[in-house]
Amino acid sequence: MIEFSQVSRSFTVGDQQVAALRNIDLNFTAGEYVSIMGPSGSGKSTLLNLLGLLDRPSSGVYKLDGMDVTTLDDAQQAQVRREKIGFVFQFFHLVPRLSAAMNIELPMILAGIAAEERKERVSTLIKSYGLSDRADHRPDQLSGGQRQRVAIARATIMRPVVLLADEPTGNLDQTTGKEVMALLEQLVEQGVTLIMVTHDPMLGKRASRQVGMVDGEIVADTRGTK
Amino acid sequence: MNFSDTLLFASGSLRGSRSRTLLMMLAMSIGVASVVILTALGEGARRYVTGQFSSLGTNLVIVLPGRSETAGINPGMLLGQVARDLVVDDAQALLRSSAVRRVTPLAVGTAQAAHGALNREVVVAGTGADFLAIRHMDMGQGQFLPQMDFNSAMPVCVLGDKIRRELFGTQPAVGEWLHLGDRRFRVIGVLAAQGESMGMNTDDLVIVPVASAHMLFNTQALFRVLIEAKSRDMIEPAKRDTENILMQRHGGEKDVTVITQDAVLATFDRILGALTLAVGGIAAISLSVAGVLIMNVMLIAVAQRTQEIGLLKALGAPPAEIRRLFFAEAALLSMAGSVVGLVLGEIGSLAIGQMYPSLPVAAPWWAVLAAFSTALGTGILFSVMPARRAALLDPVMALARR
Ligand SMILES: Nc1ncnc2c1ncn2[C@@H]1O[C@H](COP(=O)(O)OP(=O)(O)O)[C@@H](O)[C@H]1O
Ligand SMILES: [Mg+2]
Repeated sequence: MIEFSQVSRSFTVGDQQVAALRNIDLNFTAGEYVSIMGPSGSGKSTLLNLLGLLDRPSSGVYKLDGMDVTTLDDAQQAQVRREKIGFVFQFFHLVPRLSAAMNIELPMILAGIAAEERKERVSTLIKSYGLSDRADHRPDQLSGGQRQRVAIARATIMRPVVLLADEPTGNLDQTTGKEVMALLEQLVEQGVTLIMVTHDPMLGKRASRQVGMVDGEIVADTRGTK
Repeated sequence: MNFSDTLLFASGSLRGSRSRTLLMMLAMSIGVASVVILTALGEGARRYVTGQFSSLGTNLVIVLPGRSETAGINPGMLLGQVARDLVVDDAQALLRSSAVRRVTPLAVGTAQAAHGALNREVVVAGTGADFLAIRHMDMGQGQFLPQMDFNSAMPVCVLGDKIRRELFGTQPAVGEWLHLGDRRFRVIGVLAAQGESMGMNTDDLVIVPVASAHMLFNTQALFRVLIEAKSRDMIEPAKRDTENILMQRHGGEKDVTVITQDAVLATFDRILGALTLAVGGIAAISLSVAGVLIMNVMLIAVAQRTQEIGLLKALGAPPAEIRRLFFAEAALLSMAGSVVGLVLGEIGSLAIGQMYPSLPVAAPWWAVLAAFSTALGTGILFSVMPARRAALLDPVMALARR
């Protein structure tokens, strides 16, 4: 489903070229549960941003669902993000003035889905994520775990083919982190493709496939050691 | 994203930062209000002057003795050499023109008026029966001068309201005798109090038949001939006919000046109209200052909302959508600001109208429309740059910050 061939990404810092990713070849199939691990600065976030079409590779080809998405323009890439990709961030990134329900509704508003359908889907999801009594609360009235659950609900409301999570538990304590992981793994069981960046080897090991990165290169790619 | 959702989202973010929104609305509404108030004042002045002129009479053509090269209302021209007097037969002849509805000669002089022991100096106007209609005056009591030949004298007079008060007090004046110089006149009517109009106070006037005035002043010369054209379109033909008829009668000499009230009025109208435009334009500049303020505050808003914009992009909002959201914010803001400004402007105009009741203060519709669309235009125009900046924002950078 996802094919990276010879993807590189380098940044210009001052008058120097810094290579964040070097000639990455990587494939992911639908329904996979992948963790990406590696030291800080090894290029994990850069890889995830490329996967999520938030960034463009300096060279190489990225095919999503068989389509070369590197050649699309900004508006077309936005449409792909809207329909196929869900993001979960370390710092949640909820819109502070909007209620939990409104934050979850946001991707559907952007996609132009009719209001009745939006309400219906939001209320279903809120119930199944155990957020019913928090629907009308604003983010600053929610705990960290609740915020991340709202963010996950927002990332999945459009039923994306791939869910990208950059250290989703990095800003949570251990117990809430586990709760959030349980929710994500529940989604995997339902068939969602999850690609998750993490620092924590304990969490990383839970994934069915583990990708190790160092210095912009893939140094390990192991499967099924659960 | 639907249009209504765009508006909802934009109004949500406006409500989310209240002080910023209020500040911008204030700037916008002050601009709009000043356009409305200033044009209302200008328009009020224009209408005031127009009103003063038409209180003189409508479709008026005035003949002055003497040739003036510059056809204007210059009191000096009264003193210019008079080649040949303007006489009542001239006035009579003007009725031949098909463009003319009414004609009345006017002879003016001063005389000593006396009733019983009371006496005072008055301005005496010798004229005809149509004077009342041409000058749009009303009778207070009794009758105006009867229709009669301009050449026949009759010892009757009509008093201005102030003269009546000063010479008769609370006594009835109609039917009484009044001495003017060494002659006696029967008072047949009193004018309704008119107040001042264009500097001539009719309350201070005694009106007699023109032939009687000529006997009183021992002259045949007229001060003016007042002509009312049949309609607005007939003013120019009436003027031409008047010039031709009088030239014929004066042995081929153009020794009179014919002015139309219309021409004078049009000049004033133009001057004051231009003034209103200029003043309104200056106020519109203050609107664009509001626009610059909006731009700056919007730029700050883009910087403050970097994360939100990055998030919207990550959730699949294309650049055009981000731009639309900021445009919608600007449009809503300027719309709200304009509405508040229009209300403030109307209240301000009303207040000024209360303070100066004689000034018909009201913003013309075009000014209201112009203020509204300028406000909306500047709001959107000055949001182009912030909206572009937001749309070009790099989502990775925006989301990297916490
Ligand atoms: N926008 C950027 N400009 C310059 N250098 C960058 C930028 N983003 C990432 N990098 C560099 O690329 C490398 C990989 O970064 P990143 O993907 O964030 O690492 P990780 O997420 O694994 O900690 C680092 O050396 C980082 O300094
Ligand atoms: Mg990172």
